[in-house]
Amino acid sequence: MKRFLHAVVFFLALAVAWELCVRARVWPKVLLPSPLKVAEFIGSSVADGTLLSASWVTLKRLLLGYVAGIVLGVPLGLLCARFRVAQDTLGTMALGLQTLPSVCWAPLALLWFGQTEWAVFFITFMGSLWSISLAVESGVRNVPPIYQRAARTMGSRGLHTWIFVALPAALPFIVSGMKQGWAFAWRSLMAAEIYVTILTGFGLGHLLHYGRELNAMEQVIGIMLLIVGIGLLVDRLLFMPWERFMHKRWGLSG
Amino acid sequence: MVPSTRPKLSIQEVSKRFQGSRGEVHALDRVSLDVEEGEFVCLVGPSGCGKSTLLNLIAGLERPDEGRILMGERPVVAPGPDRMVMFQESALFPWLDVMDNVLFGLKRKEKLPAIELRHLGLEFLRLVGLERCAHAAVHELSGGMKQRVALARALAPNPRMLLMDEPFAALDAMTREQLYGDLQRIWQEHKKTIVFVTHNVREAVCLGDRVVLFSPHPGRIREQFRIDLPRPRDINDVHLAEHATLITQALRNHAQPGTPGTSPALPLSPERTREPAALNPGWSPALPEKA
Repeated sequence: MKRFLHAVVFFLALAVAWELCVRARVWPKVLLPSPLKVAEFIGSSVADGTLLSASWVTLKRLLLGYVAGIVLGVPLGLLCARFRVAQDTLGTMALGLQTLPSVCWAPLALLWFGQTEWAVFFITFMGSLWSISLAVESGVRNVPPIYQRAARTMGSRGLHTWIFVALPAALPFIVSGMKQGWAFAWRSLMAAEIYVTILTGFGLGHLLHYGRELNAMEQVIGIMLLIVGIGLLVDRLLFMPWERFMHKRWGLSG
Repeated sequence: MVPSTRPKLSIQEVSKRFQGSRGEVHALDRVSLDVEEGEFVCLVGPSGCGKSTLLNLIAGLERPDEGRILMGERPVVAPGPDRMVMFQESALFPWLDVMDNVLFGLKRKEKLPAIELRHLGLEFLRLVGLERCAHAAVHELSGGMKQRVALARALAPNPRMLLMDEPFAALDAMTREQLYGDLQRIWQEHKKTIVFVTHNVREAVCLGDRVVLFSPHPGRIREQFRIDLPRPRDINDVHLAEHATLITQALRNHAQPGTPGTSPALPLSPERTREPAALNPGWSPALPEKA
């Protein structure tokens, strides 16, 4: 509760400082709208439903790309951890592509898929896939071999060992990989939505983009705040339970 | 548990080599050893003498290069539910709580209803005095408690044989002494066969019916001692200390000039002819020795 209060006080102070800057006319009003204006924008666009529908469109895309990244990235990481050949080929490719900033996929995706949902999906997917795969690989590789030996003496082998020993033992690494993958997917998707103007769905990135075109600064800042908020919320909802579990069992601090 | 079958462990002319970073390591050289049902055998020797390797071979985690290992009539080719292993580090799984750790091997061995599993799990935890920690996380336990849980986990599938690889080496003296008592009690009550690896002679004398002395480079059995002291034994007992002193002397005699670990180049061929010393009190000539 005390920590929550600290956070509230801090952000209130930040907003007050912001408002003071606006009142003091440090920057022109077109460039820095008052926090009240931004709040007003958020309020009205929540009321008319644009914000909710845009958030929904964005989250749907994010989830698709991210889940696809997990579905392919986890087995890919396991494969690289298990087979030297896979590590030398697929693993090297994953390492290389992971260093590529995800926005770099945008031109390629646009040419391949045109201005479609597929282009957005592809960019998000490519953004998350490699970091998830690499995290799983290093996670499984870092599992102390004594666990698998102990499991073998107790009659665990093959698939059972993978599912009930190797994977849970690697859980701390896998979760941090998922978290990283999520962060990459989120960044890629925003890049994709700002670059790829498509008509099948109006996401948060598009709202941001049009805010700039219309010079509507309260929209730009409002959407940015919303993006930050969604990021924090997902972190809490998606990863906090895992981190709590690991803290309880491993004694790790999340 | 079943006296009619009376299986025993028979290690016959077993050799094992490893490819190390500095050439081939001859971990075991034609080692033979028989262990009776219900016997508590301690393997003692300096590091590099192959005692842990032998334990891994018995466990079925590795295969011998030469020779064979029989459990009763059947050769050991893989780990089995009749042989459970306890390692120096507890090797408990941190993602499971204490209860699920204890049940891991049992669940692999047979399908039982959940209630029965819980019941059995609690029973084995009670055996090691930890029934109140059933839902604790592994990281909350002390080193001694971890090894107790590991013991319960090894006992739960009801193996004939426990293979223990220096399980108490990392614990403090007080905890160790308690565990010596508990292990002797559990061994007597449950009639397990135990093969216990240690480099601590006193520990071996305190626990074993028989102490088997190894020498390194290559790993060989040098001498065996029957320990007939009454049980339960106390590690601080004077008679026990006398036995331990004798065996420690024998251990020194078998060691090469200089410390055993640092002179691997010395040939051991003259030693090979030496017969097990007969002057030790408690040595039983009836024990099987290699021919």
